[in-house]
Amino acid sequence: MEAFNYRKAGSADEAVSTLASAADGKFLAGGMTLLPTMKQMLATPDTLVDLGGASELVGISRDGDNLVIGAMTTHATVAGSAEVHSAIPALAALASGIGDPMVRNRGTIGGSIANADPAADYPAAVVGLNATVNTNKRSIAADEFFVDVFETALADDELVVSVSFPIPAKAAYQKFPNPASRYAVVGVMVAQTGDGVRVAVTGAGPSVFRASSFEDALGGNFSASALDGLSVSADNLNEDIHASAAYRANLVGVMAKRAVAAC
Amino acid sequence: MSVNVSMTVNGKPVSAEVEDEMLLVNFLRDHLRLTGTHVGCDTSQCGACTIHVDGVAVKSCTMLAVQAEGSNVATIEGVSDGETLHPMQQAFKDNHGLQCGFCTPGMVMSALDIVKNNPSPTEQEVREALEGNLCRCTGYTNIVRSIIAGAKEMEAS
Amino acid sequence: MAAAEPLNTGIGESVTRVEDSRFLRGHGNYVDDIILPSQTYAVMVRSPYARATVNGIDTSAAMGSGGVLAVLTADDFSAFGGLPCGWQVHSKNGDPMTEPKHPILAEGAVRHVGDPVAVVIAESKAEARRAAALVDVNYTEMSPLIDMQGAVAGSAELVHSDTPSNVCFDWELGDEAATEAAIAGAAHVTRLELVNNRLVPNAMEPRAAIGDYNTANGEHTLYTTSQNPHVIRLLMGAFVLSLPEHKLRVIAPDVGGGFGSKIFHYAEEAIVTVASKLIGRPVKWTADRSESFISDAHGRDHLTTVELAMDANGKFLALRATTLANMGAYLSTFAPSVPTYLHGTLLAGTYTTPAIYTNVKGVFTNTVAVDAYRGAGRPEASYLLERVVDLAAIETGIDPVELRRRNFIQPDAFPYDTPVALTYDIGNYQATLDMALEKTDAAGFEGRKAASAARGKLRGRGIACYIEACGIAPSNIAGALGARAGLYEAATVRVNPTGSVAVLTGSHSHGQGHETTFAQVVSDTLGIPIENVDIVHGDTGKIPFGMGTYGSRSIAVGGAALANALDKIVLKGRQIAAHLMEASADDVVFKDGQFSIEGTDKSVGFGDVALTAYVPHNFPLETLEPGLEETAFYDPKNFTYPSGAYVCELEIDKETGVIDIVDFHASDDFGNIINPMIVEGQVHGGVAQGVGQALMEGAVYDDNGQLMTGSYMDYCMPRADDLPNVTVSNHVTACTHNPLGVKGCGEAGAIGSPPAVVNAVINALGDYGVKHIDMPVTAHKVWSIMNANGN
Repeated sequence: MEAFNYRKAGSADEAVSTLASAADGKFLAGGMTLLPTMKQMLATPDTLVDLGGASELVGISRDGDNLVIGAMTTHATVAGSAEVHSAIPALAALASGIGDPMVRNRGTIGGSIANADPAADYPAAVVGLNATVNTNKRSIAADEFFVDVFETALADDELVVSVSFPIPAKAAYQKFPNPASRYAVVGVMVAQTGDGVRVAVTGAGPSVFRASSFEDALGGNFSASALDGLSVSADNLNEDIHASAAYRANLVGVMAKRAVAAC
Repeated sequence: MSVNVSMTVNGKPVSAEVEDEMLLVNFLRDHLRLTGTHVGCDTSQCGACTIHVDGVAVKSCTMLAVQAEGSNVATIEGVSDGETLHPMQQAFKDNHGLQCGFCTPGMVMSALDIVKNNPSPTEQEVREALEGNLCRCTGYTNIVRSIIAGAKEMEAS
Repeated sequence: MAAAEPLNTGIGESVTRVEDSRFLRGHGNYVDDIILPSQTYAVMVRSPYARATVNGIDTSAAMGSGGVLAVLTADDFSAFGGLPCGWQVHSKNGDPMTEPKHPILAEGAVRHVGDPVAVVIAESKAEARRAAALVDVNYTEMSPLIDMQGAVAGSAELVHSDTPSNVCFDWELGDEAATEAAIAGAAHVTRLELVNNRLVPNAMEPRAAIGDYNTANGEHTLYTTSQNPHVIRLLMGAFVLSLPEHKLRVIAPDVGGGFGSKIFHYAEEAIVTVASKLIGRPVKWTADRSESFISDAHGRDHLTTVELAMDANGKFLALRATTLANMGAYLSTFAPSVPTYLHGTLLAGTYTTPAIYTNVKGVFTNTVAVDAYRGAGRPEASYLLERVVDLAAIETGIDPVELRRRNFIQPDAFPYDTPVALTYDIGNYQATLDMALEKTDAAGFEGRKAASAARGKLRGRGIACYIEACGIAPSNIAGALGARAGLYEAATVRVNPTGSVAVLTGSHSHGQGHETTFAQVVSDTLGIPIENVDIVHGDTGKIPFGMGTYGSRSIAVGGAALANALDKIVLKGRQIAAHLMEASADDVVFKDGQFSIEGTDKSVGFGDVALTAYVPHNFPLETLEPGLEETAFYDPKNFTYPSGAYVCELEIDKETGVIDIVDFHASDDFGNIINPMIVEGQVHGGVAQGVGQALMEGAVYDDNGQLMTGSYMDYCMPRADDLPNVTVSNHVTACTHNPLGVKGCGEAGAIGSPPAVVNAVINALGDYGVKHIDMPVTAHKVWSIMNANGN
């Protein structure tokens, strides 16, 4: 790992101002992706601004019909939260399947979505549940947040503060893990929301996307059989040594059906 | 840059000047000479470096030493009561839950974390909870047996 | 004297392991745990290219980097030899194999991604790493040879420009003409092309080495993650650095798994040894896991066509196997022996096939060297054989169990000479097969299959009957086949004056539990508690000699040496006891720790004899030396032949192709068993690696020679939730030619399980008409096959 300066911020504001003063700084949330990346020298920031001291970024609360999760809330906390279990059990289940127990004890929702790994789980929740990402500057709608591979709508000096999830009538997440990394080869979040049925797919494409044909079908008949005969196009889906685009397309259908059945 | 870090490790206060980029596992191994915590990979997957920080299991290869400032750290060296093995350690011995011993400290630290969250886990729960720990020797069968037996023993004692 | 309480630490007891207490408390002592005073750190500069010329290396920026003590390249090693190969195979035309130089550091060319080009030594690892990134190597990249078939094509460019072709050897075994004739005239011939997938061993402890040169006495000490420190001393001392044995001590302390990958002599061992003398301080190198992936020798990687000829009754008439075996870019220590003598000789399996012929070409490619990995050649033999037998069963409509039974070597046929050079001493293949079928409720399979189908799952059942040749190896046979060293083992039993015992053994333990099992042999023979026995291994400075741990040889060869040394102790003990009891040694018998004279009540304990040996007042010195220490070298008369039958039952999810192993049973014949608990653990671990090979693991190179599976993100290591609870059973036919009647158990699981698993997959996919799927049989492959051709 290259040398860098470590700065621990006591608040979100301090974190933003500390980062602004660094030539090439990065926020350090749980560090579950950033630190391994730095070990491989694939990232060499000169400053890490640790968000671990910004207590206002941690926590889970109900705000009317929304469940608001602070950016520095760990996956383990989300997975074990009674509040999340009662409001959006699918979100707790999703969090309980990220990485492994030790990763879940450190990794955070803010870090995960800001990193925007195409195979991460949380993007499916954010988009599938039509969440709003709240930053130090603004609120960003889920459909606008994820842009491309490891690319979000966040500006360089923008910090995710919390994610606000409208509580759906029903939701479920099903994941087909990569057998080696356990990231999602395909993960599908299906939800009946106030805006209708949403089906968000992670792992399959360069970034999380909505399967609109599935949404339409489920909008008329919310049952797994409604998806019979439907498929997403394999065009533009990811292809690697673990799964072809065609296999991923199949898995999108299978995981979507299983998610509907699990709702 | 270097920074002074202070933490409690296995009940003892420790303090040292470390580089900002020093990983917690290197602090434990190289500075404190607590070499029971191992490094088996560089992608945060094998779990040989598992320790407890403030009561939860973490991978010490994916945490900076400075992030543990003020924390209570527990490593494998602090688990037994001197020569007397902790019930979980004894269960690993009784059930042949280790062979080369390299993954073992991480396995034991994970096992203790599993039991803390789930005092009487089923076989399937143990297998799933070991997702972050790789073993190349045992095929896991005896590790799973060990953890279930250790959990029972811990509940009884 | 009252009868002592039984010790319960003898042969056959599931004694809990002596070594566990230190490992469980974090007090193991692995190489990377060692920090010597004034230690420095080495980091390798490795080739990012699979094939390139090295036009120049500019080390100036690295030398100027903070904390750097030295930057070494091939020029600094010009006085030394290349890394030697320990086994010479001859081609069928009589020519010796092509043996290109394997330089310590690249000499003008790199031949695989990861090939070491330079080494940086610095005050800290971080500083060495930073400086390593500053070493400026001028490469000219060339198109690499990755695919074996491409590499053997006549027009192929050369991995080594000074060799005539990329074929290292073109080896054969068996009667080609008789095999051809039998195949031509057979009622049925089953043909199968298959790949034995390349594996990365992945012992959980990455390799590490520390060189420590003592300027006072000119002695080098090398701490290394090795399965065989004496072999490293021999290879590095004699062939690479020209260091005499008494000036080179090799220590392999606690080692975190090997599985073959830590047998071999690696460049880093020589590098830290040389560098330590050069800079006058200890030099430590520890691999990162990503570095292990591109520098540890890989395993398997065969491409085989096999034909099995049968008569109308399913009796095997002939087997022919033609194989391309990947050697990688350089010949690793035992690489040529693996696809030849450890593979071709096992092609009879457990069957009476009268005519067998195999041709194996070893092929150089621009990939990491390939060498022994758990089973080493025998899993490849078992896999091709048990796959083609299963396919033959499908093609002929004969039940796969019945087909095997028709062809088994019968229990009364031993010793049995196979047509491929081995003489099996004993076995009972029906017994283990019967046991495996019974333990897995063969009769209930159809019912379980229907229940699975009702849940939308395809259920399959596969069996495999394996045999292996272990206890490597009779030196006279090994020597005749090309081994450049003997393969005996040595043991010294040192009885201390107070009756405790130290055993100095050349068999290194890196997970196998020798500190317990070897102590059990001592306890059983001498009647002393195992707490009084210390098993010393892994240090050439302490142990007289040894050839190390591989090929399931520790108990069969090292244990036999120990048994023989113990016999010598008892013999001398009888003489001492005779002196004490004023009797003739011929009349003294030794039992349960007591020397006594038959028919009398005269008796002395082992402790008294030990004390007397070292306090020899009134000793008859003209006929009896003081002291009680004996050494035995044991060279086996034959290989040992563990065998067994494995059954796998699994379910396939039709929608995703996901395979779930629901039952796995291993029924083995390991001969006599010292510690059943440890043997069961060895089988569990072997099966896990075999299931890993069958379903998950595979090293994949792209066309540029980049390893696509270079970390645990992409190389699929079996996890706890991937594997079933493995159950085991044992049938014992004791080995006929070693003193303990043991055969060895370390590799069996990895040998028997891959074909059992793949046979089960093919069985499950019976309705799809699938003949074969290459390993690893991933969900993706299964799904693709189920959905091909409009299925």
